[in-house]
Amino acid sequence: MSTASVPLPNWITYGLMPLLNLIVAFLISGLVVWWIGENPIEALKLLIEGSLGRGDAIGFTLFYTTSFIFTGLSVAVAFHAGLFNIGSEGQAYVGGLGAALVALSLDQYVPWYVTMPFAVIGAAVFGAAWAFIPAWLQAKRGSHIVITTIMFNFIGAALMVYLLVHVLIVPGKMAPETRTFLPGGQLPKLDWLMALFGLKLGPAPFNVSFLIALVMCFLVWVLIWRSKLGYEMRTLGISPSAAVYAGIPYARTVIIAMLISGGLAGMMALNPVMGSSARLQVEFVGGAGFVGIAVSLMGRSHPLGIIFAALLFGILYQGGADLSFEMPNITREMIVVIQGLVILFAGALEYMFRPTMVHIYQRFKRA
Amino acid sequence: MDLFDIIVSILGSTIRLSIPLLFTALAGLFTERAGVFDIGLEGKMLAAAFASACVAYVTGNAWLGLLGGIGVSILFSLIHGFASITNRGNQIVSGVALNFIAAGLTIVLGQAWFGQGGRTPQLPASGRFSPIILPGADAMRDVPVIGPIYANVISGNNILTYLAFLAVPLSWWVLYRTRFGLRLRAVGENPGAVDTAGISVTWLRYRAVIVAGFLCGFSGAYLSIAQSAAFIKDMSAGKGYIALAALIFAKWKPVPVMFACLLFGFLDAFANFMQGKAVPGIGEVPVQIFQALPYILTCVLLAGFIGIAHPPKAGGVPYTKER
Repeated sequence: MSTASVPLPNWITYGLMPLLNLIVAFLISGLVVWWIGENPIEALKLLIEGSLGRGDAIGFTLFYTTSFIFTGLSVAVAFHAGLFNIGSEGQAYVGGLGAALVALSLDQYVPWYVTMPFAVIGAAVFGAAWAFIPAWLQAKRGSHIVITTIMFNFIGAALMVYLLVHVLIVPGKMAPETRTFLPGGQLPKLDWLMALFGLKLGPAPFNVSFLIALVMCFLVWVLIWRSKLGYEMRTLGISPSAAVYAGIPYARTVIIAMLISGGLAGMMALNPVMGSSARLQVEFVGGAGFVGIAVSLMGRSHPLGIIFAALLFGILYQGGADLSFEMPNITREMIVVIQGLVILFAGALEYMFRPTMVHIYQRFKRA
Repeated sequence: MDLFDIIVSILGSTIRLSIPLLFTALAGLFTERAGVFDIGLEGKMLAAAFASACVAYVTGNAWLGLLGGIGVSILFSLIHGFASITNRGNQIVSGVALNFIAAGLTIVLGQAWFGQGGRTPQLPASGRFSPIILPGADAMRDVPVIGPIYANVISGNNILTYLAFLAVPLSWWVLYRTRFGLRLRAVGENPGAVDTAGISVTWLRYRAVIVAGFLCGFSGAYLSIAQSAAFIKDMSAGKGYIALAALIFAKWKPVPVMFACLLFGFLDAFANFMQGKAVPGIGEVPVQIFQALPYILTCVLLAGFIGIAHPPKAGGVPYTKER
């Protein structure tokens, strides 16, 4: 008998199986570490210490977490509508342009809290704009969104390099970046929040965009599970034909879902551009858009799950950077391997253990 | 340099730049015609490039290097198959995962084994595929027009280049003139019908992804042990995605795939040539335009403005035998 149709209780489907998949991904990562001649347990200890051991380490961890929450939410929203948005990377990149333009034009005149709402809107609008064409192509012309968003990542990268090298660069400077924003265009650090827990932030760029990310988590939860639009998106995601029969407009829902997804990805730019480097730089996204895929898969496209998954990847990014100083044999790219393994086991091999689980579960139920 | 010399030199680099695209796009042709999306072409190419360079460095033999690249690439294909055929996982998610694993693992292992920041050591001459001078190339060089083209474009490439162009008619023959090819195309359009005929969908799709791994092994080896003399980190640099674009641009057909790869290779060569040069009347054309052009063209094609690209009908859908 096929095991695919046997129902399992929720705590197995949403708790035990993702956990099991994650453990396998980390076990294999440990094997890789062992293979290149280092001690995996020792490496894990250094990784935890480097990411959670000191105040500034926690600050850096939460800084990365912030970026990953945004991109994770971006992937998740599209995923609920049955769309696989691989373009978060490019949408975040172009979103940075929106944030930077707002910061550059307002920072001389107003304090940061006036700039911030405009920057949020600017980043979201530019990110959404970059998602619009793939969305429209999917909705109206039936082009596969995965392919078009990949293409738009590359087109976006070319566009941003062009703009930074030829248009936005400070005349006379060599580095392809904008001028440094004045304090009116920077998002302040959250050192007071860290101080509440008796921790010193130090040089870590943990900033206000973390709070914006948490607000977005709540708004996405409201959107997906408490609004008509969210219901329509989820219906479309589960069964496009049922959605059409129920009178849910396909093209409109696809485009809106992608605009929201692109907007969330664009907002990610606030964190590095306005919260950390205070200027727009080439390749500032640094793969955070792709991490969003892993975060969303691991967090089961639920905002709460995404916060935890983003935190885990924040720990990996910060701890991994620290680890590569302590163990030069383990380069930073080890994180990319772990990221790939998490996507493989939590995403593509999601149901690998299901048949076994069904057998064990049925035996226990009978007993 | 006069115009003719420039054209010959651009054509020469067009050939060199389109070979990795050609192998990779043909690889994608086999999986996608069998109904398995393959975003992981990029990762397979990168992993194969790394493996080829490692084996060629250790053994000093280019052919063993190629074999190593093919082996690792097929291993990646099998993981993709295990996830997306056996476990019916999402094919795109699996491909994305493999790309990350390849991007990370090549650098981690490269650094651990050779300690050169993700590079492999420079290969000896025997560990590389060196250019082959076709008979009469030197004698022909002075013949006007045909001479330089023969000597600089057709001759003087390495063995993998000629194999790539041989792979095009071979792929066509396999896909359109053999029983395996017929079944492979059928399984990409209507796996249920193939299953009803008593042919295993699973085994057929596995064979398709293995062929893809085999071909990606060649493209990876070309990058690291033919075009250059070492593996450099992230050396595939998005070529796997351009190959995917070429595959779509060619509407999943072998001979058009070759022309699409040559076109995208030409754009790349032309962009290199145009770097820093001014066009009369327009001024300096930003090199980024040429870099973005293959992707823009593919999107325009996908939008249905240059004929409609029909992907294989069952592409991306895992096959479930019974419910």
